[in-house]
Amino acid sequence: MSALLELEGVEARYGQVQALRGITLQVPEGAIVAVLGANGAGKTTTLRAVSGTVRRSGTITFDGKPLRGGPEAVARAGIAHVPEGRGTFTDLTVTENLRLGAYTRRERNLQADIERIAHWFPWIPERRHQQAGTLSGGEQQMLAVARALMAKPRLLMLDEPSLGLAPMIVREIFRIVKELNEQDGLTVLVVEQDARLALDTASHAYVLEVGRVAVAGSSADLERNESVRRSYLGY
Amino acid sequence: MADFMQQVVAGLASGSIYASLALALVLIHRATGVINFAQGEMATLSTYVAWALMTNHGWSYWPAFVATLVISFFGGAVVHQAVIRPNEKGSVLRVVIVTIGLLLFINGLIILIWGGEIRAMESPFPTRTIEIAGVAISIQDIGTIGVVLATVVALWLLFQYTKVGLAMRAAAVNPAEARLVGVRVTWMLTFGWGLAALLGAVAGMLAAPSLFLDPNLMAALLIYAFASAVLGGIDSPIGAVVGGLILGVGLNLIGTYVDFVGADLRLPVALAVILVVLLVKPSGLFGRTEVKRV
Repeated sequence: MSALLELEGVEARYGQVQALRGITLQVPEGAIVAVLGANGAGKTTTLRAVSGTVRRSGTITFDGKPLRGGPEAVARAGIAHVPEGRGTFTDLTVTENLRLGAYTRRERNLQADIERIAHWFPWIPERRHQQAGTLSGGEQQMLAVARALMAKPRLLMLDEPSLGLAPMIVREIFRIVKELNEQDGLTVLVVEQDARLALDTASHAYVLEVGRVAVAGSSADLERNESVRRSYLGY
Repeated sequence: MADFMQQVVAGLASGSIYASLALALVLIHRATGVINFAQGEMATLSTYVAWALMTNHGWSYWPAFVATLVISFFGGAVVHQAVIRPNEKGSVLRVVIVTIGLLLFINGLIILIWGGEIRAMESPFPTRTIEIAGVAISIQDIGTIGVVLATVVALWLLFQYTKVGLAMRAAAVNPAEARLVGVRVTWMLTFGWGLAALLGAVAGMLAAPSLFLDPNLMAALLIYAFASAVLGGIDSPIGAVVGGLILGVGLNLIGTYVDFVGADLRLPVALAVILVVLLVKPSGLFGRTEVKRV
């Protein structure tokens, strides 16, 4: 399997603070890859470096081509980034959010796509005129994923989809992501605090510490790794 | 009663002009948090362009009107790209000061090209009145209201049903998120400045036939537009339209029936409206109080 996304020695900083100190990672086509680590380890910044919402250096290769430019260009290249804390337009309706998800596509008739989305999120069609801000936290997170899927992305990047949500909803979201991966072959790069859930879902994972990759490997290997278990899995 | 109704219709006519300019202010404020103090002068410049097309080049009103809308749209877009965008990285205050500079620049430019004298501008509507249910209503008033309403409806359709309209709204409410879905936010702002300039041009070209054209055509109108926008809620497009109409009718009725206000004290009344709304309900009639999530 070739890597769809490849980061090599990627660095990023916020003003004086260096958030990434040379990240190297690969996301193989058709895989789910998790990024774990404590707060401030650079998980979110790693995704932001890919999507171009933070100034970065180093090499990022997507589908064999160097990935450059701001988030608009990255979205056009086929990467959908669901940022931390619900990536929805709360002032707009559910349908408008979905239409915006498909913004980079030329397709004008989105009905078929919305039906495809409804397969994963059956509640969406009946709530289509509702303002996104009036949805529950879990629904907003699902809408954010649905919106990302509307772009028909080659790579889906999820930033802490579990943040502030009830465990049941979180498991539901991860189940859907896993199914999307298995049935549609969607490649996923997910940042997650809940290491156990992430390792259950992903085939590979990277553990970050202060802006560097501390440990990397298959999920099974990491689950057996002593220090990972103690630091992130709590047993 | 007939007289009262006449005053209401006349009020709606001037109110729709305020509404048009207020909508221009709201479009830009919503997207960038900036009040464009040059909006009025940009509209005056547009009106001079229309006037020049008619007077110097023999165009009739409507072709000149349409051509001016197109020119204004591109003019507004160029102003954003050339003048505003280089300053957008700074504070909001910096951009506001730049718009004040722009106001002075355009005002000077108008005087340089066309001089300071007062000019008559042809009206597209007959000054006759027609009688509806016993009320004599000026055709010019009805025409003015109709043109503004048509513009507002066209704009609403654009924002509601087109891809670019949706992208503009997304860029205004959440620029960071909009970029993530691939919206080129800066171009949406440029497009918004173009639309705002177009709305201003509508206001100017409708106002000039009755107010006469001079370099300060929009000075007072800008204050009325501010009052309308503040009354309706500075971030609410519907608010701008309703606020403009309420202000137009209200000022006209007060001017007619409250003796000491008359025609001279309307401007202070508009300023009082701004003051009272900001003190009592800063979000205006249709605005939402911003709640910041912590």
